[in-house]
Amino acid sequence: MSDHLEQQPHRATLGALRRLAPYVRPHRAALIGGGLAALASSLAGLAIPLVTRAIVDGPIARSELSVLPWLVLGVLAFGLLEAGLMFLRRRLVARPSTRIEATMREDLFAHLQRLPVAFHDRWPSGQLLSRATTDLNTIRWFVAFSGIFLVVNVLTMVAGVGVLLWLSPVLGLVIAVIAVPLIVLTLALERRFSVAARRSQDQAGDLATVVEESALGIRVLKSLGRGRRLTARFVADARGLRGTELLKIRLLAALWAVLVMLPESAIALILGLGAYGVATGTLTLGTLVGAVTVMTYLFWPIASIGWLLAEASNAAAATRRYWEVRDVVPAITDPATPVPAPDPVRGELVLHEVSFRYPGGTRDVLHGVDLALRPGETMALVGATGSGKTTLTALVGRLYDVTGGAVLIDGVDVRDLRLADLRTIVATAFEEPVLISASVRENVALGLPAASDEQVWEALRVASADGFVAALPWGLDTRIGEQGMSLSGGQRQRLALARAVIGRPPVLVLDDPLSALDVHTEAEVEAALRRVLGGVTALVVAHRPSTVQLADRVALLVDGRIAAVGTHSELLAADPEYRRLLSSPDEERADEREEVGA
Amino acid sequence: MSTGTESDVGTTTETGTGKAATADVDTAGESWRGIAPEDDEADAVDRRTGLKLQQRARRLVAELLRPHRRAVTVALVLLVAENLVMLAGPLLVATAIDTGVPAALAGRPAPLAWSIAGYAATGIAGAALRSAFLLLSGRVGQDVLLDLRRRVFAHGQRLSLDFHESYTSGRLISRLTSDMDSLSDLLEKGLDGLFGAVLSLVGVTVLLVWLDPMLAAVVLIGFVPLMVITRWFQRSSRASYRRTRSTVARLIVHFVETMNGIRAVHAFRRERRNDEIMDRLTVANRDANTEAFLSVAWFIAGIRVVGNVSLALVLLIGGLRVVDGTLALGALTAFLLYLRRLYDPLDDLAQFFNSYQSAAAALEKIASVLDTPAGVPEPARPVPLPTPVRGDLEFDHVRFAYRRAAERTVLPEFSLRIPAGQTVALVGATGAGKSTLAKLAVRFYDPTSGAVRLDGVDLRDVADADLRSALVMITQEAFLFSGSVADNIAMGSGHDDGHDHRPPTRAEIAAAAEAVGAREFIEALPDGFDTDVRKRGGRLSAGQRQLVSLARVVLADPAVVLLDEATSSLDIPSERAVQAALETVLAGRTSLIIAHRLSTVLIADRVLVLADGRIVQDGSPAELLGGSGEFADLHEAWRASLA
Repeated sequence: MSDHLEQQPHRATLGALRRLAPYVRPHRAALIGGGLAALASSLAGLAIPLVTRAIVDGPIARSELSVLPWLVLGVLAFGLLEAGLMFLRRRLVARPSTRIEATMREDLFAHLQRLPVAFHDRWPSGQLLSRATTDLNTIRWFVAFSGIFLVVNVLTMVAGVGVLLWLSPVLGLVIAVIAVPLIVLTLALERRFSVAARRSQDQAGDLATVVEESALGIRVLKSLGRGRRLTARFVADARGLRGTELLKIRLLAALWAVLVMLPESAIALILGLGAYGVATGTLTLGTLVGAVTVMTYLFWPIASIGWLLAEASNAAAATRRYWEVRDVVPAITDPATPVPAPDPVRGELVLHEVSFRYPGGTRDVLHGVDLALRPGETMALVGATGSGKTTLTALVGRLYDVTGGAVLIDGVDVRDLRLADLRTIVATAFEEPVLISASVRENVALGLPAASDEQVWEALRVASADGFVAALPWGLDTRIGEQGMSLSGGQRQRLALARAVIGRPPVLVLDDPLSALDVHTEAEVEAALRRVLGGVTALVVAHRPSTVQLADRVALLVDGRIAAVGTHSELLAADPEYRRLLSSPDEERADEREEVGA
Repeated sequence: MSTGTESDVGTTTETGTGKAATADVDTAGESWRGIAPEDDEADAVDRRTGLKLQQRARRLVAELLRPHRRAVTVALVLLVAENLVMLAGPLLVATAIDTGVPAALAGRPAPLAWSIAGYAATGIAGAALRSAFLLLSGRVGQDVLLDLRRRVFAHGQRLSLDFHESYTSGRLISRLTSDMDSLSDLLEKGLDGLFGAVLSLVGVTVLLVWLDPMLAAVVLIGFVPLMVITRWFQRSSRASYRRTRSTVARLIVHFVETMNGIRAVHAFRRERRNDEIMDRLTVANRDANTEAFLSVAWFIAGIRVVGNVSLALVLLIGGLRVVDGTLALGALTAFLLYLRRLYDPLDDLAQFFNSYQSAAAALEKIASVLDTPAGVPEPARPVPLPTPVRGDLEFDHVRFAYRRAAERTVLPEFSLRIPAGQTVALVGATGAGKSTLAKLAVRFYDPTSGAVRLDGVDLRDVADADLRSALVMITQEAFLFSGSVADNIAMGSGHDDGHDHRPPTRAEIAAAAEAVGAREFIEALPDGFDTDVRKRGGRLSAGQRQLVSLARVVLADPAVVLLDEATSSLDIPSERAVQAALETVLAGRTSLIIAHRLSTVLIADRVLVLADGRIVQDGSPAELLGGSGEFADLHEAWRASLA
């Protein structure tokens, strides 16, 4: 399932994490502060055994009760300081960590929206979703906890070893000896863990894709009764993820064993050597107690290194996955030196030698298409299923870029216009109108959030959708789309039409705008369409004679080439393929039946 | 309770304490969402509902763990053993210092050697036990997660369309993705902390009491503020964690809708507007996360204060008593070491509570999905359909109103019998009830009263898998799943009873495609039948997708076929090919066709004109055309449009 993902060679965890820098930098003061607070709090914690040692060796051994309360107060002060600093750390990192997550998500979302349709065709949306949620969540945890503690615990270990060396060089050396196998084993396990971390995140993304399809395709699954089969596929994928998670657990358990066993052996060694020292008089009992206590303090920082490294691996894999998508350069962008949009737009639309091939495709879908629409003209585009009509409509608004030739509006190549300008000039209505879960107003004024109610109603009127919208319980405020009122196919198509005309764009591209209308509303919407088409240049994909008749001329597309251009009656008379596609079989049949019935 | 889950929280809230559940969430910037009858996931939950949610979640946890009782027990035993072994550590240190060293000084090194060897042994055993525990509990956790994923997914597939239409895909997706993530976080980071902390709490306390009851009393008094702090944290953070879950769900909805509608986003320059909305949703989620985070900060600092104050007190009292001679120095050292072991894991406990609160909020939402009864339940004792299924479809005094708009009856007292093998076309204006009729026939919904029968068997008594293989509906929404074209067509074949069936051969798939006239275009694709359809079949035109979905029916080979605008995007020759396929390949099957093109209608044996849920005309196309009814008028208008 993950074959679409660029397989990247395993790079070092640290290198991947470095790419968090642009997001972390603005918060570095707070994060460094948090790190210092954490370090200080663990030093305060570390001071406690030292004071304890002073108490045990001093006042208690010598029965000097007078200084005891002061030393106890010292312990208390360090204890409160430790707690206060712990709070301070969390307080300091709370906002940065959640902000970093939020900003990264906003940037990812904005970036994804600007990537061309071709990118979205290629990437399963579950993979994108998992990056925006699961992966960023992992990164937040890393910034808030594991990242800081990784640094702090390493420093604590160094400090602890320093204290041990100061207490007794021999005991300190024990730690240094133990550290070598500890580091070697830990790093080896971490490397394997980070490979597993990456795999599990990819699997989670694939799982999200199945989840998404199961929810979005529920009607098809229900009507075919394929719920169980998809469930089986989902479970198989989930099982795969479980396998990887279990591998991670095994590696973590091994890490844990190493990280507990070695420090424990160190304590045993210290105890042995220390006792020997006490016995031979080279070490005080208090020093031994202190050394053992310091070592027990170091126990948690050392043991925790295992899962901290695991978290770092997770975060590194998540960062890599994040940047994999962010690094994709939008292929369809504003030109470096945009040509100002023609003003006013006459609306001449010319396709000049246009050819198109889908990225990764092996053959052209369109070959040298030449088509010229005069300003204000309506051109119907007719062709068999799969002849390239929908592809052609996507080229005008630059949802895809032509791979040969050019699309020109008023003589300007569409690639020389700013995208915002181009898409203000050209409005495209798709065959399958996508409604968002929002109010009718928001759905109609999709790209024009500032549109007034008057403008919205005007557009609805033109699309003859005003009647049913007025009848909705909250009018323009009624939520439609998946999370609201369900509308019929015909109603949705009329909204899509309203959406297309709201900005009064001079060029309209309509992909089969009447396919979902029932016989009753067809006439009504046709009348609406006639109004819509008046005065604008329009390219209309049509399947039916009635739609074709709205057009001034018709272009016949056969296998990605324009086979003929002319009026409906011209083509009917002259072109057998056109006759085959559009001669009304309904009529023939109706006549047959009538004859039978007569 | 009909549709559900979070929405019933809202209802309870309104009728409960009267606190508005959604009002305080719906801030000024939310007007774009519009108004809907059942409003969103309530964040603020009153106490009674909150308790109900928690109960549901708890019951679910118990249910999930039941099959793993033995493994959980073993894991707990391992953990207890590990803790005991680790607890022995300080004791051995104390022995080494108190008795080992003096003995060694006196020339007897054996006690010292033994205690040190013992310590090393505990270290190794502790590490081994801990690894074993991690492996075992990790496996249980992953099994539970897999089980839960499977349950939610399978239940989601079982739930009626009614549920899906009000619950929406985005929320279901967030249940299965981000809510599962927070559970997995709990299993990964939290559980271990909980058991470890609780065990060492109990074990260390016992040891402390045994070492010195008086000093232990000091420590025990410290438990009181500890409990108070924990209760406070649990209560105060619950709302913020619930809010993190519902805000992330909303964000997922927006994300998914945007990515799936990317063509419209580009064509209508909606990028900026979407950015604004995403920023707002993200900020809401961020603030909820920050708030939850800060309450954890207070909690952890509070615990640490209690711990360190106890430590100081123990040191003071213990020190005085050593000077008095009523306590051995080694005993005090051991006591102090144990005390540290008591409070260190409490940080883990806090971490656990953090993960737990988040997971609990997620679990509440998951549990409420699982608790939603399937709107169209499988019969307890299914009645088998006759073999072979004849395909006689009957609507017997069916009344129907959508639950979400119960006041509007879509079908009042509808009766209709379609004899086996008949092709019936349904005609009527939008809202006349055509699609409703089809949805009742495939049992997406059950009638409010009356019955729908297939071969005389009430659909409510037919096992779902049997029904699906007897009766298939194709709608105009031709959804393609990721995979190859062949995979998508193959979806039609087989019986969905959870068993593996022989997958259709390539020849069968090709024949099905051929039958609906799809073979030619499929073979022209880069990899033919093996071409990856990419996301939602983005590379195929709407018409091509409809052909693929029609090919599914040929493989499904059902007794009854329902086509709801299934050919709307086809050009006329393609539609003709499909009609020919329906007439030949599916000959002898009952079919119900909803179409707005008269060309499609005219192939029918019988035409029904529907208005307001009633049949206003019923007859053969020729009869109706010859008459003066609505159908004849329609046809006239349509012919006029052709001229």
